[in-house]
Amino acid sequence: MPITNLTFAGIGGQGSILAGTILGNAAVTFGGKYATQTQAYSSELRGGYAATWIIFSDAPIVYPRVIAPDILVAQAQDSIQRFARTLRKKGTLFMDSDIVTELPDMDAAKYGVPATSIARNRFSAPVVANIIMLGALTKIAPVAERNCVEQAIAAAVPKGKTALNMEAFAAGFEEVRAL
Amino acid sequence: MPKPRVLTGNHFQIGNWACTEGALAAGCDFAAGYPITPASEVANFLAARLPEVGGVFIQSEDEISACCSAIGASWAGRRAMTVTSGPGISLMQESIGFAAATETPLVIVDVQRFGPSTGVPSVGLTADMVQVARGSHGDYQIIALAPNTPQAMFDIMIRAFDLAETYRTPVFVMADGFAGHMRERVSIPEAAALKVRGRKIAAPAATVLERTDFLDENVAPMPVFGLGLRAHVTSSCHDAHGMRNLSDPEVMHSYVTVPIKKILSHRDDIVRVEETRTDDAELIIISYGTVARCGIAALELARAENLPVGQLRLETCWPLPDREIEAAARKAAHLLVLENNMGQMLPYIRACVNGAAVVHFMGPEHLGQIQEPDAIVRVIREILS
Amino acid sequence: MTAAEHPLRKHMRPHVTRTTTCPGCGIGTVSQAILRAVDSLGLSMDDFVFVAGIGCSAWIPTPLYNADTLHTTHGRPIAFATGVKASLPDKRVMVLSGDGDLSAIGGNHLIHAARRNIDLTVVLVNNSIYGMTGGQAAPTTPMNTRTVTSPYGFTEHAFDLSELVKAAGASYVARWTTAHPVQLSRAVKTGLEKKGFSFIEAVSQCPVQYGRASKLGSARAMIKRYKEISVPVKKASAMSPEELAGKLVVGEFQNVDKKEFTAALAEARAIAGGKN
Repeated sequence: MPITNLTFAGIGGQGSILAGTILGNAAVTFGGKYATQTQAYSSELRGGYAATWIIFSDAPIVYPRVIAPDILVAQAQDSIQRFARTLRKKGTLFMDSDIVTELPDMDAAKYGVPATSIARNRFSAPVVANIIMLGALTKIAPVAERNCVEQAIAAAVPKGKTALNMEAFAAGFEEVRAL
Repeated sequence: MPKPRVLTGNHFQIGNWACTEGALAAGCDFAAGYPITPASEVANFLAARLPEVGGVFIQSEDEISACCSAIGASWAGRRAMTVTSGPGISLMQESIGFAAATETPLVIVDVQRFGPSTGVPSVGLTADMVQVARGSHGDYQIIALAPNTPQAMFDIMIRAFDLAETYRTPVFVMADGFAGHMRERVSIPEAAALKVRGRKIAAPAATVLERTDFLDENVAPMPVFGLGLRAHVTSSCHDAHGMRNLSDPEVMHSYVTVPIKKILSHRDDIVRVEETRTDDAELIIISYGTVARCGIAALELARAENLPVGQLRLETCWPLPDREIEAAARKAAHLLVLENNMGQMLPYIRACVNGAAVVHFMGPEHLGQIQEPDAIVRVIREILS
Repeated sequence: MTAAEHPLRKHMRPHVTRTTTCPGCGIGTVSQAILRAVDSLGLSMDDFVFVAGIGCSAWIPTPLYNADTLHTTHGRPIAFATGVKASLPDKRVMVLSGDGDLSAIGGNHLIHAARRNIDLTVVLVNNSIYGMTGGQAAPTTPMNTRTVTSPYGFTEHAFDLSELVKAAGASYVARWTTAHPVQLSRAVKTGLEKKGFSFIEAVSQCPVQYGRASKLGSARAMIKRYKEISVPVKKASAMSPEELAGKLVVGEFQNVDKKEFTAALAEARAIAGGKN
């Protein structure tokens, strides 16, 4: 597997950084691969921007920063404003199609999933939108195998919420659409 | 069920977690600390983990107290550490000199941050490289090690305790906000595969005058408290028995020189560097810490262009790997020093080179951000053209 | 024929034959009160770790006492002792230092150790001045006293250290003077037996520095004055501030039982499932 660079972005409280950590853990702990994760967030815990950058590789990773990601996951319009121009040409964009409404001109494969409305309407749990995004990503451009991501989700969420999160993950997997 | 002392296996974790688990795996059973970004997680993790393995964690009233308590614990027989960032090191400086003067085994983790002063707490800047070596008053020698990955933060804690206990000296782990907060694979080996040399303990004697407790270039056995050894420990000028002596020029001379020689005469056991493709290199990058990863990334790009580039990574920063730097200067016409600061180690490196090669320096485009490999390669091309 | 040996000499390092104190200094009285307390409890020097700071009184245990002794930096002995005690909870850890060391530069450690109620016995020798550095004003120097750093009279109010440490949460607090050696020794003994932070303030004469600054004169005159101005705690409680002006309240300020820090650490270890 070549090196894959990924940016997972949203606003504070959406769980973007946690989703990134789950992916990294899926690759490393359950997949036996390597991953490097860095992150940034504005000082307010809710409502400010949040982003995490992850590198996936079969071999130890040398340079720890993501400069031009292959994949951008955008959970907010703000994520597009901040990070869309960093996505490499012919890269892959995933977005929460409920929230991201405006896209600049970009030479990328684009996928959407209405994560917020599915989380709210189907699961009555807005917090699982990030897990739905993980499902969408894992269907189209897996950075870790599906069963590894599922194990990492189970390891990250509170006991008793495992089934809910597995269903949310499956919903993202099913509902993702090319735009 | 409490977790065991050594968490054998693969983990996807931040460097500050790896640092904590490295300390535990090295047998650490005492830590004191005070909250400070970006080092707080280490203290938080230690607070949770040390009691599980029968150890002690104390949240001190300030960093001065944290360092003093750790020194007291070390004399009471514990494998002791403290953890902080630059502002905390500034406060600990007096006690660091105490630990050096009393030949106290102590590990001090410095998760360095952007400064001077309050600066930017969450941004890494390797800006304490000189203050840990020269920040306390008086003349003394410490050991400082610089990790470049979360895995190295685990591994280096094992080595830090090994060196601290073996040489009865403070040992610094010079992490930074990058390595501390970066999340990567951390592989923890089986407990049996981890080796930390313990300190030698002094034997009972009728009085301390019949024993050498201090000032031995080959490390005096330590008269640890609580064993009936009746040690006399003072950071005031003292003789080999630990007795205060403020008038004898011979004693004064030994009090300063012997603890320094104790480290320097064992430099071959202490100094560790990592050389990458230096043999045919015309330019050798010299770096340490997270920035050394930028150096390797640039080296790979440069080699793809047939540019003869190597790297010397200083895992041990103090004592300075003088011979290794000098050898690099003999091999290559150019040395490129990469640091995430304005060049703190640069004058020391330049002194080792002593004109044997041309020394160049490159900091990040923006301090606090590490160098981009492409930018390093541009500089290399320019130097070698 | 051998010379008769003082019964407390056995607690001192055999090769140390001299002290560094000036003639008339109260430190000898304090030291004797401490060693009598040790003796009366049937304790050995191997039961102790002594931790001292910087200043004249810090030089009581180092080099005199034949025990594990840690002579530390200025103001920090309580911080060092905290690490020692947390590591060796079965040993008795005594801190010996002066008012400048423990209440000025080290004041923060003093109040926080009292707040934690860590099982240390702190004997603070209060001579109301910086002796070793040449007679500078201390947090304990009475207002208007002329010292080398207050040549027009000291412009600050003095700390009442026993009240301070009591308020900070210590289990045991007592104040006596070198004019009360028996009571002082008894207080040290009670402090050693108390599981918790014990603070014994020993008001002690420094005829060379404070005697001169205060114009109280010789050691003898100073001890005589301690006797005259001392008022027992109980009696003082019934006196007005005007009546107490210029007096020195002595006796037990605090003697309570409350959870001790190393015991609390052990409880935390038990909750975590770690060995004790």
